[in-house]
Amino acid sequence: MSDDTPDRPMTFPIGEHHRDEVKTGSGRRLSDLTLERVLSKDVAPQDVAASAETLLQQAAFARAAGYDQVADNLSRAAEMTRIPNRELLEVYEALRPGRSTYYQLLSLSQQITSLYGAELTGAYIREAADAYRDTGLLKMEE
Amino acid sequence: MATAAEPRSKRFERLAQRNVNKEVFITELAELGLVVMQSPNDPKPSLAIEDGRVVEMDGRTAEEFDAIDRFIARYSIDLQAAEAPMAMTSTEIARLFVDINVPQKRVMEVMAGCTPAKIAEVMGELNVVEMMMAMQKMRQRRKPADQAHVTNWKENPALLAADAAEAGLRGFAEAETTVRVARSAPFSALALLVGSQVGRPGLMTQISVEEALNLRLAMKGLSTYAETLSVYGTIPSFLDGDDTPWSKGILASAYASRGIKSRFTSGSGSEALMGYGLGWSMLFLEIRCILMVKGAGSQGIQNGSISCIALPESLPNGVRGVLAENLVAASLGLEVASGNDAMASHSEMRKTAKLMLQFLPGTDFVTSGHSVMPRKDNLFGGGNFDADDMDDWLVIQRDMQVDAGLVPVREDDVLQTRAKAARAIQAVYRQMGFPEITDAEVEAATTAYNSDDMPERDSVRDLAAADEFLESDRTALDVVAALARAGFEDVAERVLEMQRQRVLGDYLHTSAIFDEDFRVLSAINTPNDYLGPGTGYRVSGELWERIRALPQALDPRDLLAEEAPDPGLTLTPTGEAAAGAGPEVVVAVGPAFASAMNETLAALSHADVLKAILDGIESEDVRWRLVKVHHGADLADIGISGARLSGSGIAIGLQSKGTALIHRKDLAPLNNLELLSQAPNLTLDSYRALGRNAACYATGKAPHPVPVKIDNEARLRLIVHTTLLHHREVNQIDADKGVVEMEVSFQ
Repeated sequence: MSDDTPDRPMTFPIGEHHRDEVKTGSGRRLSDLTLERVLSKDVAPQDVAASAETLLQQAAFARAAGYDQVADNLSRAAEMTRIPNRELLEVYEALRPGRSTYYQLLSLSQQITSLYGAELTGAYIREAADAYRDTGLLKMEE
Repeated sequence: MATAAEPRSKRFERLAQRNVNKEVFITELAELGLVVMQSPNDPKPSLAIEDGRVVEMDGRTAEEFDAIDRFIARYSIDLQAAEAPMAMTSTEIARLFVDINVPQKRVMEVMAGCTPAKIAEVMGELNVVEMMMAMQKMRQRRKPADQAHVTNWKENPALLAADAAEAGLRGFAEAETTVRVARSAPFSALALLVGSQVGRPGLMTQISVEEALNLRLAMKGLSTYAETLSVYGTIPSFLDGDDTPWSKGILASAYASRGIKSRFTSGSGSEALMGYGLGWSMLFLEIRCILMVKGAGSQGIQNGSISCIALPESLPNGVRGVLAENLVAASLGLEVASGNDAMASHSEMRKTAKLMLQFLPGTDFVTSGHSVMPRKDNLFGGGNFDADDMDDWLVIQRDMQVDAGLVPVREDDVLQTRAKAARAIQAVYRQMGFPEITDAEVEAATTAYNSDDMPERDSVRDLAAADEFLESDRTALDVVAALARAGFEDVAERVLEMQRQRVLGDYLHTSAIFDEDFRVLSAINTPNDYLGPGTGYRVSGELWERIRALPQALDPRDLLAEEAPDPGLTLTPTGEAAAGAGPEVVVAVGPAFASAMNETLAALSHADVLKAILDGIESEDVRWRLVKVHHGADLADIGISGARLSGSGIAIGLQSKGTALIHRKDLAPLNNLELLSQAPNLTLDSYRALGRNAACYATGKAPHPVPVKIDNEARLRLIVHTTLLHHREVNQIDADKGVVEMEVSFQ
């Protein structure tokens, strides 16, 4: 279980109850995403992304309602907001069957944890590495 | 094949040609995994936990686990809650599903502690009606919904946008497209996004393409959800899909991190089809999939055999097993898009029967794809239900007072919405410098039956532009700007709101959809609270008004012409009818005849009908008298009242709607000599023959059969008219007037 309890209680759905407080992944206010600003090119694609805080809050809603695995997933997702698109696709590729050796997975796990503070995701990759080792899903060592 | 017996039964020959016999039916063969539920090879339930870790599950030790067992044991089973459910009998657990006093959450808690083999055993205890009852309670979202498929063979963007808009208008909560040519994907996703927001704000869209491309398109803001994450119940099948439970799990988190809703896909039969069923039942394998999906933290699943549906349907118990997999997913807390998307049968009756298992209890998405277009344009392999079935769906909703996700629409609203969607995508193409969408395409897309009605496009140019769009840094924000600049501010605002929703993340939750005000409806804020009669989701209020108000429903008051006498016939009362003598035929008519009504259900005028009857009587040189029975409208009553006055004891009774008989005074009232019960099928020849036969009875001659046209659908077609016409006759009853002799004059 992860500690995804937010600082102060919010009410679901955020869009209905806390729209004015929400920040985008890029740190802007959601209320900045207006049609006028889109037309004057004052909104960038990276502004249209959830922040780690928002996803942690969503994880807390899921956990409170009894959906623990969904909460865990949203907690990993919160970490992944810090991982760029290309690297995220590389993590996925590394976890596909026969793509990585045990040590490649362990090192990916370390890298993800230290570079992006993605401890849950790192642990998940480490668990995959052990499972792949025990059930024959690793890349065959040359 | 059995050799045909000689001689052959013509009925069996005909049965062999029926659509249902175009299907292949097989007996079970466990070694190939061709068993839907309860294979003899399925493991027996067991669970052993030491130090918070599973050391044995379903007869395998942790050392013997394959990667799927390991994933399920690690992520999917609630070990703290497992002891109690594993100690319960499967019958005890099965009963919780149908016990209205046990809330949904309690069943979920018990199921969360069950192993795959235990869940399979529990499902084995439930029959389909119990599963439907259970589904009604276990569905995660309070309100059921449906998902649309929107594609076309020509991949025409104007037609895609128009169809997506129509999907929104018809009430679909999600719309999915896919491509014939992979490079079309960015434009197809774009057309779907723009069209959907014209049809209904908050309609969520997705494009089913290769995983990495899918994610790229979603990151551009061109789609809002994904359901391409396929999982399988055996490792060899998984490897054929080039994934593992962990790689799929990472993908699920990756989608969520970009604010994109996702659900997984699995279904009975896929492993056997791929050659790796490993001798287990399809349901047991599917339960392993569902548990993996739960363990990966996905909010939901698309299951119900999906594209493999014909395989379980070839086996005994197949349709029941497929409902069981939907139910297992719901009871493990997952959103369920419950199949019914791929063609399930050649037989309409069999298709509908299967559909009802999800349609009646309601699932989060009754189908995981219901074609808005005709079958030819469905790029998901034709589809199970399509544009031509829309009204059947709506009528069944109205018949059963059920919400299966759709609402009736008016043709003019559809045309208006389609035209606007086609114009909106035309404007986006123009603003963004994509190959022109012509006015002719907009017009054709508005009224098209299918893509045959669409002008050709230059696909080489389209694909080049699509490639460029994908590689560029242009996103949905550029689409918003293009819409606004072209004067579609309302659509621009909705597409922008879809982008804002990615920042909010509310719709990442279990069973989340939007209503038309972008309010999230999910298991978190609108959970299914069914607890038996008087609770849970019921079709009522405004929604019921909409469902019952089919545009083709008529006001019964408009069905009939005004009450009016027959201008060709005058009946003049000459006093109370008296008993006659000698060989005569009394013609007794109903209280409305020729006065308040003037024609029969077959649209024959009362004048013509009466003339034909009298001709028939006179052809045998027999006298007649006409009386009007005022005291009743029942045909037997009219007939016997006439017969009791007749010198020969023979009378013809004739209701104003045209039903007629020959009666004799010594018969019991409800008996008769001849009855022409199907007024809509009667011709003037029938009435003439009836008159002649009555005369024959009156004179002791042998009567001839009355010629009657056979039309078995007449009652079906005209029962409403019959009811209304007969009501008019009943309204004319005046008991005080009794039976009155009438003088007849034709004009």
